[in-house]
Amino acid sequence: MLNEYVLILVSTILVNNFVLVKFLGLCPFMGVSKKIDTAIGMGFATTFVLTLASLSSYLINAYILIPFELEYLRTIGFIVTIAGVVGFTELVVNKTSPVLHQSLGVFLPLITTNCAVLGVALLNVGQDNGFLASGVYGFGAAIGFSFVLVLFSAIRERIDSANVPTVFQGTPIALITAGLMSMAFMGFIGLA
Amino acid sequence: MEDYIKIVKNGLWTNNQALVALLGLCPLLAVTNNIVNAIGLGVATTFVLVASNVSVSIFRNQISKEVRIPIFVLLIASFVTIVELVMQSYFYDLYLILGIFVPLIVTNCAILGRAEAFASKNTWGKSALDGLMMGIGFSVVLIILGAVRELIGSGTLFDQSALLLGSLGDTLSITVFDDYQGTLLAILPPGAFIGLGLIVAVKNWFDQIKTI
Repeated sequence: MLNEYVLILVSTILVNNFVLVKFLGLCPFMGVSKKIDTAIGMGFATTFVLTLASLSSYLINAYILIPFELEYLRTIGFIVTIAGVVGFTELVVNKTSPVLHQSLGVFLPLITTNCAVLGVALLNVGQDNGFLASGVYGFGAAIGFSFVLVLFSAIRERIDSANVPTVFQGTPIALITAGLMSMAFMGFIGLA
Repeated sequence: MEDYIKIVKNGLWTNNQALVALLGLCPLLAVTNNIVNAIGLGVATTFVLVASNVSVSIFRNQISKEVRIPIFVLLIASFVTIVELVMQSYFYDLYLILGIFVPLIVTNCAILGRAEAFASKNTWGKSALDGLMMGIGFSVVLIILGAVRELIGSGTLFDQSALLLGSLGDTLSITVFDDYQGTLLAILPPGAFIGLGLIVAVKNWFDQIKTI
């Protein structure tokens, strides 16, 4: 039982990394990876929301959509759930810790359109994951996302001071770097 | 008239969603391992872009500012559901291949971005044109990346066209290199990142030549 969850974690963080192998959550990956600090903030916010969102979309799916045979409304149902979770998180963080709100606040609205969140919810349904497994899957995906995001932002800070040919400056070199990272992550395939 | 020309140019080149704004990267990289997938997703995304732009601009005066983002997302999600249902009934095999990237059109930030930045401020005619041009600009990049990856990766073009066109598609498939071993790297995820990086570099190069 526990074994299964460990396997899910290893597979989502390293082997099937959401960003580099499954291509989910690329917008924030490219958008907020210019500084390590913001990358860490985004990582925390995403981890929290993603875990909560995958649990609640499991509940929505199992107790509302399936009993009422509304599976075709899954996309709409999930996106509303996610927007709700994001709004809820924002409220809670705002009430409990203004400091945290200051550092995470800007990222929270962005998370609604992070395709990794909706992607995890949909993949959970596709793989018939149970309640706990859904949560672990979401958590693992988020840790994998944050891990790669922080690594990538560290590399980008170094690239800033490198002498890159003019046409490759900015986006192209960032994309190629991501490609090389992705190649490195392919090496984990044997693990799970 | 000038406005319209500017919208066209913006969508196709100056503010190309995929190359300049770097929005909608997830589907762009994920489904471009061959041309047919790229065209399928490109058409679907363009449809959603036009439909959401038109409906947002028609209702722009009724939607209050505070709740506009959730309403935009809901509108987009409804159109995506329509696309999903249509694809399920007419292009089921393609739907299976594209997998979760069809519902994920909802979170394509390019669509919400245009709704917020353009459609919520302009008339529906302009918004429709903007959606169409942004969609075409996005699809062209999808198709170029798909073509490059398919050509380098497996040495064919338009393979599996039958998924889109039925039996007519079988004749379209072209084998460019006979006896080609295939370069796995281009089909695998790293190939997508590096390929897009090179395409953006080529665009930068064109822009540089023009300014000199």
